[in-house]
Amino acid sequence: MALFFLVFLPLFSALIVGFFGNKVNITLTHLFSCLLIIIPFFISSYFLNKSLSGDFNFVFPLATWIESGDLVTKWSLKLDMLTSVMLVVVTFVSSLVHVYSIGYMSHDPNQPRFFAYLSFFTFAMLILVTSNNFLQLFFGWEGVGLASYLLIGFWYKKDSANSAAIKAFVVNRVGDFGFLIGIAILYFSTKSLDFDVIFSMAGELSSKTIPILFWNFNTLNMACFFLFMGAMGKSAQLFLHTWLPDAMEGPTPVSALIHAATMVTAGVFLVARCSPLFEQSEYILSFITIIGASTAFFAATVGLVQNDIKRIVAYSTCSQLGYMFVALGSGAYQIAIFHLFTHAFFKALLFLGSGSVIHAVSDEQDIRKMGDLYKLIPFTWITMLIGTLALTGFPYMSGYFSKDGIIEAAFVSHTGGHFYAFYLLVISALLTSFYSWRLIFLTFHGKSKVSKDVFSKIHESPKIMLAPLLILALCSIFSGYIFVDYFMSHDFEFLWKSSIFLAPDNHIIEEIHHVPLWVKLSPLVMMIAGFILSFLFYIAFPFIPGYLAKSYSPLYKFLLNKWYFDELYNFIFVKNIKRIGEFLSSFGDKKIIDGFGPDGIASSISYFAKQASRLQTGYIYHYAFAMLFGLTIFISYFFLRG
Amino acid sequence: MQSWNLLSIITFFPLLGALFILLSPQQEKKISERNSKSLALWTSIITFIISLFLLYGFDSEVSSYQFYERVVIANGLMTYQLGVDGISILFVMLTTFLMPFCILASWNSIKDRVESFMIAFLVLETLIIGTFCSLDIILFYLFFESVLIPMFIIIGVWGGERKVYSAFKFFLYTLLGSVLMLAAMIYLYAHTGSTELIVISENLDLKNSSQYFLWLAFFCSFAVKLPMWPVHTWLPDAHVEAPTSGSVILAAILLKMGGYGFLRFSLPLFPEASHYFAPFVFTLSIIAIIYTSLVAYVQKDIKKLIAYSSVAHMGFVTLGIFTFNTQGIEGSIYQMLSHGLISAALFFCIGIIYDRLHTRQIKDYGGLVSIMPNFAIFFMIFTMANVALPGTSGFIGEFLIVIATFSISKIAAIFAATGVILSAIYGLFLYKNVVFGKITNETIELLTDLTPREKLILFPLAFLIVFFGLFPSSILGLISESSNNLSDLLDLALLGIDPLGVK
Repeated sequence: MALFFLVFLPLFSALIVGFFGNKVNITLTHLFSCLLIIIPFFISSYFLNKSLSGDFNFVFPLATWIESGDLVTKWSLKLDMLTSVMLVVVTFVSSLVHVYSIGYMSHDPNQPRFFAYLSFFTFAMLILVTSNNFLQLFFGWEGVGLASYLLIGFWYKKDSANSAAIKAFVVNRVGDFGFLIGIAILYFSTKSLDFDVIFSMAGELSSKTIPILFWNFNTLNMACFFLFMGAMGKSAQLFLHTWLPDAMEGPTPVSALIHAATMVTAGVFLVARCSPLFEQSEYILSFITIIGASTAFFAATVGLVQNDIKRIVAYSTCSQLGYMFVALGSGAYQIAIFHLFTHAFFKALLFLGSGSVIHAVSDEQDIRKMGDLYKLIPFTWITMLIGTLALTGFPYMSGYFSKDGIIEAAFVSHTGGHFYAFYLLVISALLTSFYSWRLIFLTFHGKSKVSKDVFSKIHESPKIMLAPLLILALCSIFSGYIFVDYFMSHDFEFLWKSSIFLAPDNHIIEEIHHVPLWVKLSPLVMMIAGFILSFLFYIAFPFIPGYLAKSYSPLYKFLLNKWYFDELYNFIFVKNIKRIGEFLSSFGDKKIIDGFGPDGIASSISYFAKQASRLQTGYIYHYAFAMLFGLTIFISYFFLRG
Repeated sequence: MQSWNLLSIITFFPLLGALFILLSPQQEKKISERNSKSLALWTSIITFIISLFLLYGFDSEVSSYQFYERVVIANGLMTYQLGVDGISILFVMLTTFLMPFCILASWNSIKDRVESFMIAFLVLETLIIGTFCSLDIILFYLFFESVLIPMFIIIGVWGGERKVYSAFKFFLYTLLGSVLMLAAMIYLYAHTGSTELIVISENLDLKNSSQYFLWLAFFCSFAVKLPMWPVHTWLPDAHVEAPTSGSVILAAILLKMGGYGFLRFSLPLFPEASHYFAPFVFTLSIIAIIYTSLVAYVQKDIKKLIAYSSVAHMGFVTLGIFTFNTQGIEGSIYQMLSHGLISAALFFCIGIIYDRLHTRQIKDYGGLVSIMPNFAIFFMIFTMANVALPGTSGFIGEFLIVIATFSISKIAAIFAATGVILSAIYGLFLYKNVVFGKITNETIELLTDLTPREKLILFPLAFLIVFFGLFPSSILGLISESSNNLSDLLDLALLGIDPLGVK
């Protein structure tokens, strides 16, 4: 019952605030929507506490959803270890973002709408993580997509925001297309959509094949591939990542909640939830590893040269999601979830911190126009520093445990491509450290490049925005240290038994504790190297970046333009879809179908009618001739017949 | 209940109302217009209330026809025979439910010849309900084809600039199909000596070759009505020129007569031919889904865009019907009902802004959200339903159809699922260009938000769309017995025939 309230309180809040928020005092709206998100947080903490102390899981049935033939799906809420971790992450970050938004959005006239969307998002995310079958998961999946669409386009007067919102929705839909096919495959071969039934048949599926066109594909691999396609869309993995940086058009609290801490990690959650399927599909695990590592590397390289403070953090998110997928691909599901957990804190912190910076410098987002802000907004500076340290993996900060865990897991894993992943991740660690410190140095240190009139208005954010920063900063420092054993120690593996399936020969949680010393040290070395390089580039010898950009101009442009993915997609898809549509509309419909169809018939009828009317000349000898001619044919016909 | 002849009452009650309007004494123009409007409204509301009894008395455990009526007429040549089962009852309900809204929607937008408009509408209602209830093929044919006449008049008299062209195109297309269907029906009569559907389906033992021709004849008629690609081009034109309520009826109900025809005639009467032609239908459906979605994306006229999206959604319906399995058939019935609500709602929305701005061009709009926030909310719900977002009724049908298709043909299901992406593209672009963005057209600043009458129209539709998305079992329960029966019948008939040749 508590679980029911946990999930539905935010929906209730969204509906009430959405419909009546305009009619009451705005403070009341704030209080109401924050309260209805904080209560669920306390409930989820209680659940997490229970889950951590022993094997705790149950399913709370609600109602029947679809019943058709042998297909039966039910609305129900499931709770296990995996879900309780997600619940805490979602409700915790959501609570803080709600509180932070009170300050950040204080000048916006549409606040009730904003809070209604945020609460609706939280509800959809909670439905997603508590689902007990694929269809309900898909419901939540699309629900968060809708909320994300609405929130990215929240400032609807900005054309760029509208386009970004549509891009996010459509690119996600490409992933959803895969998800839908994945579900269809699973239903086709198991006649069920329930997790329990499908997971128990995973072994059977791996020996079945499914015919598509002229080829037979392994059912399990096919299902996993398409499910992962859904995950790639939602979690912005390489090839389907283009929407995430653009999504930064939305208000900053939204970026923190949806595009850093929760929604984008839904893909990671999906793969972890389906571990019984993925664990037995070797090829797809390798595929995930390779895609994840490539994304981590790609996004980190692009992050090096971006100038928009939010975009840097966005690419960093993309890159860290790649890390999580490498962990999944390596079979270290708990570590992926652990990184999801710690990442939620420090990345939300970095986003909210960036929001505080943007707030301070009158909505400027270009870090080249900042600098030397640390004295003016010291609190924001310190929390951003903490976030950066946690992200880059400074010893004993939260990112240190989870990220190093992933790199070690990639090293010891047995899936194909794991060495590729290992080396790319180590290099990405260097890049991560570099771009993170670049952000800090350009924003807070060096010479001030803030224009005069903006400079005079720089101020630290109100307390209601700083409080969430403080809490997140504390979590970024301690969450790793406190929780590391629950996720990564062999002693606590039993907690995950019911939610994550590990193949009998998968001992990765054990093995990562026995990697060579150089592997253990490599992320640390990379982090320090990144810091030193960044210091040299942006503090000690600030002329270097400009010089490098000039002398390696093609490479610089390549990175600055995000490897030209947008241009490529524009060229291949966006333009052609329009062109094909125009062609089909004007040629297919108008010329061919209408031309030969109704218009053709109509015009040919009038053509024949005209010809016929020309026969009626009115001259008697024409008629006489015609009659004679007809008579001749008629008579000859009878003669010939005999 | 049976002795009340409930179906006859529902069918002919609107006609009675129409007669009243026709015979009411001549008065001052204003007064008689108002009288005719309220008379039409009350007639349609009462019809809806009576039809609730139908729903109440309907036994969802039974797969055979209920509320059955039979009278021999025309010297025994044909019978007057009505009845509903799980397949047809909801179409009757959809019709009676939507009619009052249509009349409400034309309250102020129809300015001249109001009485005639109301009469045409009520006659249309009778004919549509009759189509869904008739169990005699000649009776069905009469209703099915007569529907054309009031619709032709509605488009031709109260339509837009190119109304005559559209009305004739509409007529020409539909007539082509119906001539062939009539021939097929005469053949059926000659072969079985009866016009009663029940008798025909029992006695019919056709040689394969004639079955194929008959199937094709019926197919032509239904495919045009639905419409399937490539005989769909009448629909956008008809929609563009029709008045709002005409578009609503056209999209929400008239198109469903095609799908209903497949379920009532093509499948049960000619199972082997249906099976034989299924790959052909699949191909056309897939083309419809992809082709018309792409065409919809580039339309500049709002109504045309929605019209093309209707064709794409109907592509899902034919796909579902010709899977022959329970989920496919239930899915397509569900899809038709849900599309009935969604397309009706979308056309109402367009009517609402058209009444204010008198333009259908997308480029004339933009920035409506700040002037008409309530409208923006409703339009968002309907757009999302059209995009088949889970939680709206649009999702249930498409999902069932995709999984049903997947069991028959993997590649068809994959192609059909791309509709998920394409519908999002055109749906969201339409929404963005109409509702979001900066206000470029100054007259928009002067618009007013929804009136209570308009809210009264949109709210029930929005509620039902979400409700049927979250709790579809209420509907699926009603149709499951009959669709199971149909798919069992097909299984039996196709026993010993190879599974579909398509992969």
